[in-house]
Amino acid sequence: MSENGKPKLKLAVYWGAACGGCCVSVLDVHEKLFTVVEHADLVFWPIALDIKYKDVEAMPDGHIDVTLFNGAVRNSENEHLAKLLRQKTKILVAYGSCSHMGGIPGLANFSSKEEVFRRAYFDSESTINPERIVPQPVYHAPEGDLEIPVFYNDVRSLEQVVDVDYYLPGCPPQTERLVEVFLAIVTGATLPPKGSVIGALSKSQCDECKRKKSDNKLIKEFKRPVDIIDDGETCFLEQGVICMGPATRGGCGVRCIEGNAPCRGCYGPPPDVPDPGAKMLSAIATMIDANTPEEVEKIVDTIDDPAGTFYRFSLPGSILRRKVIV
Amino acid sequence: MSFNPKIVAFLCNWCSYTGADLAGTSRMKYAPNIRIIRVMCSGRVEPTFIMKSFREGADGVIILGCHPGDCHYHEGNYKCLRRYHLLKKYFKQMGLEDGRLRLEWISASEGKQFAELVDEFTHQITELGPCRIKNTVETFA
Repeated sequence: MSENGKPKLKLAVYWGAACGGCCVSVLDVHEKLFTVVEHADLVFWPIALDIKYKDVEAMPDGHIDVTLFNGAVRNSENEHLAKLLRQKTKILVAYGSCSHMGGIPGLANFSSKEEVFRRAYFDSESTINPERIVPQPVYHAPEGDLEIPVFYNDVRSLEQVVDVDYYLPGCPPQTERLVEVFLAIVTGATLPPKGSVIGALSKSQCDECKRKKSDNKLIKEFKRPVDIIDDGETCFLEQGVICMGPATRGGCGVRCIEGNAPCRGCYGPPPDVPDPGAKMLSAIATMIDANTPEEVEKIVDTIDDPAGTFYRFSLPGSILRRKVIV
Repeated sequence: MSFNPKIVAFLCNWCSYTGADLAGTSRMKYAPNIRIIRVMCSGRVEPTFIMKSFREGADGVIILGCHPGDCHYHEGNYKCLRRYHLLKKYFKQMGLEDGRLRLEWISASEGKQFAELVDEFTHQITELGPCRIKNTVETFA
């Protein structure tokens, strides 16, 4: 019970295939954490609390009010917990780019499980593995069987595994946005319709970006940020550097661009855009300053990795989802 | 059983669709595998349309527009050309065979060329076999 006699909210935070940055962004509420614990009990949060999976399994269905699920679904443990938390939670929030559209772990969809294992356990420069040992899901020890999660061939976003109520994008989401969303839930404000992206704007990054923009967006050569001397005020695209701003939802406070780095697209696409990379590809291509196939090819060649650039945070959530399997 | 490919074609309203119409009114015969979608300009064809076609089961996609310099909107076909080359590079990274996507120019008077092109492209896609994107997406989604 909180001081005013209202029952406290039950809050859970879980990480799937994630780097831990999202959990840290929750910790970044700093002293506002006291406001949070005034209104909510944290019932499950592996990075901060010692609560076991079996404790979660023992909870009645719908016991948790809000779960912030960060990370993609890449193995059987992630999938089990996604399904379990869906069952135990009233409002399931896909928190951060990985659970929203697949995020950085989703780039593994350019490879199969075999390719990932070959690179990680045999081929990488720092690996010494003469016995060619690869992890097995079950190991039969004399004392009994030991199990680790099964590694899947494919990375999925949270909504591709369970029903999701809200999406809070970002890599990681801005902590201020989380606090706003949390306070909205606590104060009983009317929640947006199910399936909404919350804690972000509906307009693109360019709308918030303060750099000087003109209509003259013609590019003879695409450059990496290291190849230019940024004047600090002209639109990155006009300087030949790919900036994901046009196809990315605003709401982060254009922090990367304010820090003189082009947008990489972690906030995902604006509303009604099914595939952020396709939109970006479409926009970037029209800036190519050439009208013959040969010249166009030459300029396209200066983009090293279009798929990885345009789908850096969204490959599993995109239309084609992954590299075609032979 | 022989493989009967599904081909989605985006034809611009001003040149290529009229060219296809000419092939029809002239009673020229061409492969029936093509599903024509009329768009106002080849510059209107978004990459999203093409990706969606493949995801929903197309084995090949062809975009037809006015010859360079002839675009009704001055430079829509150039924009299409630029998107086409970038898209091809993306598809290569995604493991899609090079020949499944094609861009060609057909004018309003080129009914014969249209019919021959459709036959040739249908043959090319038949040789490539069924596109695996649909299966890949279904297996893992």
